[in-house]
Amino acid sequence: MTAELVFFIFLALVAVGAAVGMLFSRNAIYAALFLVLNFITVAIFYLMLNAPFLAMAQVTVYAGAIMVLFLFVIMLLGTSKLKPNLENRWQLILALVLGGGLLAEISALFIFQGRGLEVIGEIGSQFGGPQGIGLELFQNYLLPFEVTSILLLVGMIGAIVLTKDD
Amino acid sequence: MIPVSYYIILSAILFTLGAVCVLIRRNAIVVFMGIELMLNSANLAFVAFANQYQMLSGQIFVFFVMTVAAAEVAVGLALIVTIFKAKQSIDVDQMSSLKG
Repeated sequence: MTAELVFFIFLALVAVGAAVGMLFSRNAIYAALFLVLNFITVAIFYLMLNAPFLAMAQVTVYAGAIMVLFLFVIMLLGTSKLKPNLENRWQLILALVLGGGLLAEISALFIFQGRGLEVIGEIGSQFGGPQGIGLELFQNYLLPFEVTSILLLVGMIGAIVLTKDD
Repeated sequence: MIPVSYYIILSAILFTLGAVCVLIRRNAIVVFMGIELMLNSANLAFVAFANQYQMLSGQIFVFFVMTVAAAEVAVGLALIVTIFKAKQSIDVDQMSSLKG
């Protein structure tokens, strides 16, 4: 077992533990902080997968901007805790069963069709860096890039219109 | 090098946890966090395959997913704030006004 594999397993345990913590924490603020931890571990996975620029974008956009927005809304509404609902215990059990079914389905597909998933070879140092990403984005994906600007504009206008007082 | 299959297994586990979070939590904001977790696990699979096939397209897709997630969170949280103003609650079990 190499050092890299030990590091991977440790990080994977942190990521899954943070996700489970988010799932079962009563307080929404703790859930948000667990999710930040999960996003940061995923950013480290991106670094291990030759995607340094994406890792930085993950930390700034996801763990930074999006989660600050979440925390801001939780504190603005003051609804970090909801009273536990004991009438619907069957929902919890049904959801866990359905989730286990989903995981079983994915792993069955993976076990029966997961051939040829070996690493092909080493990659150049520019792969996944800002230069490589920028060239790929503006040479081959210019139109989708422009369309996302319209999407963000629509999202911004939607948020303003929805929260506007009449 | 770590085999790409390990990353895909991790991605599947995180996706399942996100889906279970959407199903069992009643706080609408935490339900949104479950959606974010699912998007993030899909991103991890994209990056793992981009590394395996040495194609940057997978990483570019992650940028688009991030953009969609940002727009979705902005509109979704605005919806939650509006619902809270109207009903004084963000419990998804109580948002049943449209039920027949």
